[in-house]
Formats: sequence, C-alpha cells, structure tokens
Amino acid sequence: MLQALADGILTGSIIALGAIGLTLTMGILRFANFAHAELITWGAYMALGVLAITGVFAGPIGPFSFGLPLILATLIAAVLTAALALVVDYLVFRPLRSHTNHMTVVFSSFGVSLLVRMVILLIFGGSAEYYSDELQIAVRLMPGLRVMPDHLFTLGLTLVIVIALHFFLQRTRLGLSMRALAENPDLVRINGIDTRTVVRWTWIIGAALAAVAGVLYGMTVQLRPEIGFQLLLPLFAAAILGGVGNVFGAVVGGLIVGLAESFSVLFIPAGYKMAVPFIILLAVLYVRPSGLFGGMRGGAK
Amino acid sequence: MSGYIAYLVFFLIVALTYSIVVMGLNLQWGFTGLFNAGVVGFFAIGAYGTAVLTGPDRAELIGGFGLPFPVGVIGGMILSTLAALVVGLATLRLREEYLAISTFGIAISIQLVALNFDTLTGGAQGLTGIPRPLFATFGSPGAYNLFYLGLVATVAAVVYFGLQAALHSPWGRLLKAIREDETAAASLGKNPAMVRLQAFVLGSTLMGLAGGLYVGFIGYVSPMDFLPILTFQIWAMLIVGGSGNNRGAIVGAVGVWALWTMSGFAISRLLPVEYQSQGGAIQVIIIGLLIVLTLLFRPRGLIGEAQSVSRHVS
Repeated sequence: MLQALADGILTGSIIALGAIGLTLTMGILRFANFAHAELITWGAYMALGVLAITGVFAGPIGPFSFGLPLILATLIAAVLTAALALVVDYLVFRPLRSHTNHMTVVFSSFGVSLLVRMVILLIFGGSAEYYSDELQIAVRLMPGLRVMPDHLFTLGLTLVIVIALHFFLQRTRLGLSMRALAENPDLVRINGIDTRTVVRWTWIIGAALAAVAGVLYGMTVQLRPEIGFQLLLPLFAAAILGGVGNVFGAVVGGLIVGLAESFSVLFIPAGYKMAVPFIILLAVLYVRPSGLFGGMRGGAK
Repeated sequence: MSGYIAYLVFFLIVALTYSIVVMGLNLQWGFTGLFNAGVVGFFAIGAYGTAVLTGPDRAELIGGFGLPFPVGVIGGMILSTLAALVVGLATLRLREEYLAISTFGIAISIQLVALNFDTLTGGAQGLTGIPRPLFATFGSPGAYNLFYLGLVATVAAVVYFGLQAALHSPWGRLLKAIREDETAAASLGKNPAMVRLQAFVLGSTLMGLAGGLYVGFIGYVSPMDFLPILTFQIWAMLIVGGSGNNRGAIVGAVGVWALWTMSGFAISRLLPVEYQSQGGAIQVIIIGLLIVLTLLFRPRGLIGEAQSVSRHVS
C-alpha cells in the first residue's frame, strides 16, 4: 500500500511535469499537440547524447546516481528541445494554423510525433538506455517503504519547478500575457501585446519542462524511443482532468493519474495499467468535461 | 510469372481491405472533419470480433463459437459500432480535440485487451485456425485468393457506391455544411452533434467490416497485425489520395500500400542485416513525411475533394 503510494507520487510528478507543458500549449496555442510527448523523449535522448559526446558520465553527488554532468546535460537538452519545438512550430504548425479546419494542426502534430520518434530510433537505436550504471541503494524511510534517493530528488525538483512556474505566471509580465492569451486572444492583441513572442515563450517553457520530465523519467525508469508514446495518454488525461490551461490542475491531475496507475495494479492485472488513464479520461469527459478546477476556458465549445 | 500474379492478387486483397478502412476514415475526416487517432482500434475490434465468433471451439478459450463468416463479420461490426459510441457519446458535444484524444486512448486500450485477455484473444500468440469462408470449395490457394479478391472488391464497391449515394443525399450535404460552418448549420435547426456522431459511428463500423474481411483472408489474428503504425498508414492513404474524395481514398490505399511494401522489399534486399531495424524506421519516416508534406504542400492530395457549388450558380 505504502509502496504503491510512493510509486504513484513519483510517476505522478513526472506526468505532472509533462502535463504542465501540454496544458499550457493546449490552453494558449489552442490545439491538442500529439507531438508534445515526443518532446519528452527527445529531451531525454538529447541529454543522453550530450553525455555520450562529452564522455563525462562519472561523478555522482552524494547518494544520487547522477552528478553535475547530467545536470548540465539536462540544461543543454532543454535548450535543444525548445529548439525542436520552435522549428516544428515554424515549419509545420504555423503554416497550418490559418487552415479553416483547426483540426488540421492537431493532425499534423500526429504526423510530427511519428517523425520525431522514428528519428530518435534511427539515431539511438531501439534498445533500453540508462544515464548511469551506478547502483543505487534504496533508503528505508519507514517500515514497508523504500525509496531511491533519485526518486526523492525527482519529487523535490517537481515541487520547486511548480512553485517557480506559479510565481512566473502570477507575477511576471510575460506570465500574465500568457494567461491573458489563453483567456482572450483578441483582447490581448488589442492591448498591443506581441502574441508571437508569447507563443514562442510558451513553446520554450513547455519544451524545457518536457526535457526535464524526460530526463527524470529516464533516470527513474529507463530510456526507450517509445516512452513519449506511452506517456501521451497519461499526459492528456492529467491535463484534461485538471482543466485545460490550468497549471495547478495539471499537477494535481498528474498526481491523480500516477496514483491511479500504481494503485490499479492492486486490483487488476498489471498488463492493463496503461488503460487506466483512458478510463479516467472517459470519466472526466462524461461527468465534468471542464476538468476538476475548470480550465482557463471550459471544455465545452 | 505466376508467382508475380499470385503476389499481385495477395497485395490487392490487402490494399482493397485497407481501402474500406480509408473510406470509413474519409467519412469521418474528409466529409465531417472528425479526427480519429485510433483507426487501428476499430479495425482490430472487427477482426477480433469476427475471429472469436467464427473460430473453432477450444477448451482454453471463451470464444470459438464456430458461427458462419457473415454472422461473425456483422458481430465484429456491431462491436466496432459500440466502441465508437462509447467515445463518440463522451466527446462529440465537446471540442473536437477530445474525440481525437479519446480515439487514441481506446486504440491503446484495445491493444492492451488483445495482448492481455488471453482467454478471449489468445494473448500475444493470437487466435489461429480461423476458418476462411468457402475455402473447401476451391481446389487451390491461388483460385481461392482470386475468389477472395473478388469478394473484397465487391464489398469495397458496395461501400463506395453506398457512401457516394449517402454523400449526395441531404444527409451528405449536411455533413459538409457542419464541417464548413457549424453555427450556420445549427441556426438552420440542424443538430451538429447528432450528425457528427452518426458519421463517426458509421465510419468506425466500416473499419470493423474491413477487420472482419482481413481475418477471413489471413485466417488468424494476433496483436502484431494491429500495431499503432497502421493508424498512420491509413491516414497517409487518405491524405495522399485526397481526403473528401472516395476515389482518392481507394487510389491512396493502393498507392501507399504499394509504396510501403516496395520500400520494405527494398530495405530487406539492399540493407545489410545489422541495419534492418534502422531500415524499418526509414520506412515509417516515409509515412510520416508523406502525411506532413502532403498537408503542407498539397492539402488536396492526388485527387482531392471536388469543388461543389449550388447548381443554381453556373
């Protein structure tokens, strides 16, 4: 029980990080980006690539499995992931945004997700990869609950990022513009805010968070080209459960999805775990489509 | 020479089966603007439904009812219809994105059921020994394949002409009206959510029909035949052929399936063994590029939707 709780919070916090980026792009850019989860894969593999090129793997800090190199690699990966998001937006999404059927953009993101996944497969191969072969000793927090130091780090980092993002959205000019754009794009334009800049920063923030989520996922589970594809449904479920465009909601949604996944194993065969986010998603859509906390705009048309 | 013809027959059976799926998707996307991200799920339900209903009885399985093939196919179609209703009813009153996400989800869930519900689906091994309709009547596999090609072509033709008739009916015009301007259609007293649900469910039922035909031909089902990549392939067929045009859907199905099989053949011949998995990735990248580049540079596809204006204007 206790172990399922700890595992659920851990996966939940990684889902939350990915879902924040997704909910921001869904709320501000107004389309469901099927390629968002591939940004997670991309970020995770870029960090691996940086480590492989520099050849610096060693030097764990304290009880953690990683050291300064991985932290620096994550920062570089975040930049590279933001670059990918901006390039894709420039080449594919922006030309299609003016299309009469706005689902064309959603569909193109579906195609882009396939391309990104396959390019990663082509470069890095299909087998599982790890950032470090250091063995970690689980710490016993209390009877019946063992956690890896890395997992505690993941939780702490998620918390810090969420708080920082909260202040960014509440206090800074850019953060306010982002929220305003999600709520009322016409009013934002009338007020002379450059929406292009806001859109660009939405991509950068969403992609950077995706990269961090990818590295954390790779650190706690393993790296595979399919990780994004497997995270996509949990991300959507979390974002919609929390209310599209609602950052706080995405975090709570991510935790609920993570916990539901890990507790489901107690009741149903583990093979069905991946269907749990879909059940949550359907339940939300039937009962409360605007999500638990309501979006920046509701789910209804 | 006869080897090539036999292969061509085999190729056409599969391509025409897919063309039925593409026409179903065309009804959803091309004519109604609904994004189905889980095409493979509805195809798989039809296939598994048919396999369970027509398969031979086995002690370890729930299914194996040994029913006649047409009954099995209809059963599979009904199951696809029900699956479409589950996601359709949940989402069609909401923003279009939610349908896309839910269809993606149901396809993943169906894949999990296929893999894990061993007593129904045979798990990873799948179900084998599914009877092929009228197989005993034909002396040789070659003759049988020719018969089956005729069967699939007939069904595809019926679907084509049926859809054409529906699309030229008031209902078909209503679909386009809703796709182009939902508010205007609603202001004329039409119910967009209801009409969209009809188009979505009918399209998914056609995918189930194709799944049943597929099983009848290959005689077994396994999760390996229903991988997510199939959804992308079907989409590529529709987009390349020209969404909004059923002739385009058939041309796209045959063309993209030809491209897929030929590229697979080329990769297996030309690339050394150690690069085969990368070759597979390149094959999929071709599909992804087809989708994205067609959307960007030739949104009408090869044939595309015919311009329609009122017959009073000319």
